[in-house]
Amino acid sequence: MKPAPFEYYAPKTTEEALQNLTDLGYSGKVLAGGQSLIPAMNFRMARPSALVDLNNVAELAYIKLTDDGGIAIGTMTRDNAVEHDPIVKQRMPIVAETMGYIAHPQIRARGTFGGAIAHADPAAQLPALSLALNAKLLVKRKGAERWVTAEEFIVGPFMTVLEPEDMLAEVVLPPLAPRTAGSYKQVSRQRGGYAQAATISVVSLDDRNHVKDVRCVLFSVGETPILSKYAAKVLVGNEPTEAAIADVAAYAAKNECDPGSDLHGTTEYRRQLVEVLVRRALTEAVLRAKK
Amino acid sequence: MTQLVKINVTVNGVPYEREVEPRLLLSDFIRHDLKLTGTHVGCEHGLCGACTILFDGQSVRSCIMFAVMADGHKIETVESLGTPEHLHPLQEAFMEKHALQCGFCTPGFLMTIVDYLGDNKNPTDEEIREAIDGNYCRCTGYENIVEAVKLAAKKMAAHS
Amino acid sequence: MAERVFHKSILRNEDPQILAGKAQYLDDIELPGLLYAAFKRSDYAHARLKSIDVSEARALPGVIGVYTAEDFGDLVKPGPLQVPPPTAIKGATYSSRTLMPIAKDKVRYSGEPVAVVIAESRYIAEDACDYIYPDYEPLEAVIDLEKALQPGATLVHEDLPSNEAAHVVQERGNYAEAAKKADVIIKKKIYVDRVAAAALENRGIVINWDEKAQMMTIWCGTQSPITLRNATASRMGLFENQVRVITPFTGGGFGPKINTSMPDDVLLTELAVRLNRPIKWYEDRRENFLATTSERDQVHYAEIALTKEGKFLGFKDVFYHNSGAYDPYMMTVPLNTQTHTVSNYNIPNFYTEITMVFSNEMVVTPVRGAGRPQGVFVMERMIDAAARELKMDVAEIRRINLIQPDAYPVSTGIIGQDFVEGVLDSGDYPTALAKAMSMIDYKKFREEIQPKARAEGKHLGIGICTFTEGTGVGPYEGAKITVGGNGKVSVATGVATQGQAHYTTFAQIAAEQLGVEVKDVKVVTGDTGAFAWGAGTFASRGATVAGTAIHLAAVKVKDKALKLASKILETPESELELVGGYIQVADIPGKKISLGELASMANPMRGTFPPGAEPGLEAVAYYGPPYGATGAGCMAMILDVDAETMKPKIERLVMVHDCGIPINPMVVEGQVHGGIQMGIGNAFFEKVFYDETGQLLTASFMDYLFPQATDMPPKIEMGHTEIPSPLNPLGIKGVGEAGAIPTPAVFTQALEDALYDTGVEIMESNLSPSKVYSYVMKAKGA
Ligand SMILES: Cc1cc2nc3c(=O)[nH]c(=O)nc-3n(C[C@H](O)[C@H](O)[C@H](O)COP(=O)(O)OP(=O)(O)OC[C@H]3O[C@@H](n4cnc5c(N)ncnc54)[C@H](O)[C@@H]3O)c2cc1C
Ligand code: FES
Ligand code: FES
Repeated sequence: MKPAPFEYYAPKTTEEALQNLTDLGYSGKVLAGGQSLIPAMNFRMARPSALVDLNNVAELAYIKLTDDGGIAIGTMTRDNAVEHDPIVKQRMPIVAETMGYIAHPQIRARGTFGGAIAHADPAAQLPALSLALNAKLLVKRKGAERWVTAEEFIVGPFMTVLEPEDMLAEVVLPPLAPRTAGSYKQVSRQRGGYAQAATISVVSLDDRNHVKDVRCVLFSVGETPILSKYAAKVLVGNEPTEAAIADVAAYAAKNECDPGSDLHGTTEYRRQLVEVLVRRALTEAVLRAKK
Repeated sequence: MTQLVKINVTVNGVPYEREVEPRLLLSDFIRHDLKLTGTHVGCEHGLCGACTILFDGQSVRSCIMFAVMADGHKIETVESLGTPEHLHPLQEAFMEKHALQCGFCTPGFLMTIVDYLGDNKNPTDEEIREAIDGNYCRCTGYENIVEAVKLAAKKMAAHS
Repeated sequence: MAERVFHKSILRNEDPQILAGKAQYLDDIELPGLLYAAFKRSDYAHARLKSIDVSEARALPGVIGVYTAEDFGDLVKPGPLQVPPPTAIKGATYSSRTLMPIAKDKVRYSGEPVAVVIAESRYIAEDACDYIYPDYEPLEAVIDLEKALQPGATLVHEDLPSNEAAHVVQERGNYAEAAKKADVIIKKKIYVDRVAAAALENRGIVINWDEKAQMMTIWCGTQSPITLRNATASRMGLFENQVRVITPFTGGGFGPKINTSMPDDVLLTELAVRLNRPIKWYEDRRENFLATTSERDQVHYAEIALTKEGKFLGFKDVFYHNSGAYDPYMMTVPLNTQTHTVSNYNIPNFYTEITMVFSNEMVVTPVRGAGRPQGVFVMERMIDAAARELKMDVAEIRRINLIQPDAYPVSTGIIGQDFVEGVLDSGDYPTALAKAMSMIDYKKFREEIQPKARAEGKHLGIGICTFTEGTGVGPYEGAKITVGGNGKVSVATGVATQGQAHYTTFAQIAAEQLGVEVKDVKVVTGDTGAFAWGAGTFASRGATVAGTAIHLAAVKVKDKALKLASKILETPESELELVGGYIQVADIPGKKISLGELASMANPMRGTFPPGAEPGLEAVAYYGPPYGATGAGCMAMILDVDAETMKPKIERLVMVHDCGIPINPMVVEGQVHGGIQMGIGNAFFEKVFYDETGQLLTASFMDYLFPQATDMPPKIEMGHTEIPSPLNPLGIKGVGEAGAIPTPAVFTQALEDALYDTGVEIMESNLSPSKVYSYVMKAKGA
C-alpha cells in the first residue's frame, strides 16, 4: 500500500499555489491535510500526477471574526484548531460539537476545515455543517475569486464546483440569529467512524418560542448533504410541538433522503435512523434555543 | 527522473537532513531512512494507530503523511520516551498493569497517550477510552491500557 | 525455602525492550542488498488465467524480476498438507486440494497471486504490479455453501466430482431413538460468519541465502517455525541444518500465522537463492484481508430433543463448513466444532455431521477459537430456543443439564482435531455457572433491575452461557534448559511467541525449579537454531505442552545440579536446596555453591569424564499429552439496547474461567481480555464479507470493523475456578482462546432478552444494528 509517484510542489503563498494549479491544470491536485487523499493514494485509488501542498501556506490557516459577527475560517485551519477555538465555542457551539465527531483526535490534528468541504464526501460532517449554517465559500484561482454558497458548492458525491485550477480559500460562517441553537446527531457503527445516518439541525426561535428559521440537514443518506425543505415548511412560524417534529422526522426519513443499502445497513434501517435522529436533534435544538 | 526533495526534520531532538522521494510515507521515512523502528505500521490507511507519532507536539498518523510534509517540523517517536533501563512513567505504568502483550500497538498508544495526558491530568475511565479509541489493540481488550493510563496520570503528577 | 514464582503475577521480562521501541519485529529487519517483494493478485475470485503480460513491468527501473508460474517450473504444484486428514474417524471421506504457490491456468480466490515482483523497494515493486496485465476468462464464483453442493454446480476444482471437500459423521448414543422419546424437539437453522484474525502486525518473511556458508536464514513471525524449516529444507533439497528459522518479536498471531508453504515462503526462498540476495515481504493490510487465511463461516441445521422438564435427551447437528478455495489445514476447524457443540452438558445422544465445502473464497484455517465458537454458538442458541419454548429460565435449563464435578474423566465419544476421542479431564461447570450468576446478580437483575428498567421503557437484557475449551493438544513439544557459567538459565523451546508472555511464563516454570530469579532466565522461542523439535503455537497449547516440557527439563537439570553439588558439598541431596542462584545446605549458611560455578564444573575442559555422563547443567525433555486438557467457563453479560437505533451498550460482563493452575494470573487475565474483545468483534462488529461474485468487500479497516476501546464493556469482571488438570504435573490448561468462544452466544442471547417486547429470535452471529433491525421488523411482521 504505497502511493504511486507524483510531482511535488510546495508553495509558500496563496499566489504561488494558484500559479502552480494554473500551470498544472488537470494534472495538479491540492494536498491539504492529506487525511482523505493520502489513504486513497496508498490504496492507489487516487493517483494524481502532481500535488500542490498547501501545508506551507501559513496565510491560509486562521479563524477570525467577520465584521458582521460571523466567523471566517481559512481553508488550511486544522480541524482541532476549530474544535478548540474559544470564539467558535462561544459563538457557534454547534460547530465545536460537530468537530468532535470527525474521526479521532490524531486525524483532526492534520485534517483541514476546507479540505473536508472540498472533498465533498457525502458521509462527512463539514459539508453538511456548512450547509446547515448557510456558509459562504471563497473560491480563488489565479487572478480571480468568487463566492459560492454551501448549497451551490457541492454538486454530487465527491464533486464540487471547483475546477482543477481552483482552490477553496476561505469558509465564512454567517452570524447566528439570536435564540438560535443547533444539535448534532449521528449513528455510526463505531465511535469516530463515518455515520450511517446523521443530521445537523439548527433552529431559531422568536420571542413566543415559535420557529423563525430552521435548517435541518440530513447527511450520509444520499449523494450530497440534504436540506430538509419540509422542516422549514412545517415548522417556520409555528410552535415546534412534539407532533410537528415527529411529522418532520417521519417525512424527511421517507421522502427527503435516499440512503442506499451497504455492508453495514439497509435502506430501511438507515431511514429509520433518519427519523429517530431528526426527531432527537430538532427536539434538542429547540430546547437549547429556548435557553 | 525521480524527483528528490531535500528536507530538514528534527526527530527526538536530533536534526536530520535527507533527500526523499515526494511519495515516501513519513512512517517509512522514520522506520527505514532513520532506522527508528519503534514506530510500527499496521494498516497504512490511518485507522489502526500503530504509526502514531508526535508532530510538533500533537499525536498524528505517520502513515498518512508524506515525509516531505515534515520539512521544518519536529517529530517525537516512542524512542524519545525512555530506555529499557529507564522507562518513562507511562511506560512503567504499561508494564505494571500488563497493558501490552505482543507490543505491536504499544508505541502508537504511548504516543497518543503522552499527548493526551499533557492536556488532561486526571481523566476518568470513560475519557480515557475515548482518548485511546483511535488506536487498535488486538491482544489486550484495552482494559489494562485504561488502567495503565490512570496509573501513568498519577505517576506523572507525582513527577511534576 | 525459595520464594515461589510459579502461580504468581510476575511482571514481564520482555516489556522494557518492547516499551522502549527496541524490540525487533519482522519489518524492522534490514540486511545489506535487501530486495522487496510484492504480489500481483487476482481481481477475480474464479477465472481462467489465459495469459499474463509482464514485459512492461520487467522494464521498469528498479525492478529486478517479475515471475509468473511459468518461471517456477516444478515448484508450481500443490503444497503439503499442514495437518493430517481425518482417517482416524470411521467413514470419513475427504479430498485434499492444497494451496498452489502461484496460480497457473486458473485462479480460485480473489487475491490469489498470479505474479511476483522483486524490486529495489516495495514502492517500485507495487508500481510494477500496476504494469502486469493478466488476461482472465471469468467463471461463475462458488459462494453459497449449499448451492455449491447441488448437482451441476460450478466446480472450484474441476478434477473433483463435486465441491465437497470432506464429510464426517460422528454419533454417540442414538439420536433418532432419543428423539422418539422426547416431549419437545426444536429445529433451527443457524449461521456463523467469517472473521479475520487481524493481528496488528501483518504476515511477512525475510530470507537470506548465504552462498558461501550454504546457509539459509529465514525470519518469519510464524507460529510454526519448525514446520517452516522442515518444509523449506525438503522442498529445496537442503539439510535441515542448512535452514534456520528465527521468529523475531511478533505482533500477534491468532491462528493464520501457523500456515507454511504459502506463496510467500515457497516462492521467495527460491528467488532468494536464484538472485543470491536477501528478500523481504511484509504484507500490507489489504493483502492481509485478501490472502491471509480466515475462519468461521458455517451453516448449521440443529435439533435438540428434550423432556418437558428441560432435560436434554439428544442433539443433532448437520452442518456445512466453508473451507475456502483449498483445504491445506484439512478438518481441524470443523472437528473442533463437533467436539465443542456438545461438551459440558449431559447429552447421551449426539449426532453430528460435517460437510466441508470448497468455495471461491480465501482458504479457511483456524482463527482464535478455531471452530469452538461455532459449536458453542449453536448449542447455546438451541438451549435458548428450548428455554423459550418451555418457558424456562435460561440459567436454570443450563444448570440442570451440566455435567457434574464428580463425573471426570468423561469420554465424549467424539474424535477431535487431535484424532483421539475427546475426554474431559477435569472441571466444575456448575460452580462456574453459580459463580457467574452471583457475580452478575442474576437473581436481582431478573427480579428487580430488569422489571424496573422495562417499566421505564428501557431495554436491558441479560445473557449467560457456559462453554468448554479443548486446549493443550498433542502431539508434543520439547525444551532444552542450560545453566550458564554466569549462573543464569537459558530455556529454548520450539513453539513461537506472538505476545503470550512466554518469555516470562516459561521463565517462571524454570525458575521455580532452579531457584533463580525470573529475570535471570532467558527464554528463546521459535529459533530452530536453538531448538528444533516441536509442532507449534496453536490450540492454546503453548503453556500446557511446551510449559510442561520445560518443567520436566528443569527438573532434570535440578537433579543433575543436586547430584553434582552433593559430591562437592559432601552433603546428601536431600539436605540441599536451590535458592537465589545457589545450591546450599539447608540450615548451614555459607555452605553453598553457585549454579554458575557448578555449571562450569559440570563441563570440565581437562581430565577425565565418566562414561555415560553428560556435560553441563543442561537437559532436554519432551512432553506429549494423551489427550488435551479442557478448560471451561461461564460468561454473563448485560446489554442496554437503544430499541430505536438497535445500538447496544455492554453494561456488564462477567467471565468465570478455569484454566487449571495459572502460571501467571496476570497473563491469564490478559489472554481472556483479548479473547473477549475478539468475541465482541465476532458478535457485533467483525465480518469478512464476500459478494456473490467472490469479491471481498471488506479489504480495509474502513469496512472491516475492529473493536475499539469504546466498544468494550466498562470492565471485564473476572472470576476463577482453579481446577488442576490431572494430565500434567503443573496442573495447567490452556487459555488462549477462551474469551473468544462464548461471547457471540452470550451477546445474542442478551440482545434477544433486551428486545423481549418484539419477540425477536436471532440465529446468526456477526450481527449489526441494521441486521437486528431487520430481524425485529420481521418479528413484528412488518
Ligand atoms: C481514519 C480516518 C477517519 C476519518 N473519519 C472521518 C469522519 O468521520 N468524518 C469526516 O468528515 N472525515 C473523516 N476523515 C477524513 C478527514 O476528515 C479528512 O481530513 C477530510 O476529509 C479531508 O481533509 P484534508 O484536509 O485532510 O484534505 P486532503 O485529504 O488533503 O484532500 C481531500 C481532497 O480535497 C481536495 N482539497 C483539499 N483542500 C482543498 C482546497 N483548499 N481547494 C481545493 N481542493 C482541495 C484535495 O485535492 C483532495 O481531493 C477520516 C480520515 C481518516 C484517515
Ligand atoms: S499504520 Fe498508520 S494508522 Fe495504521
Ligand atoms: S498488544 Fe498486541 S496489538 Fe496491542
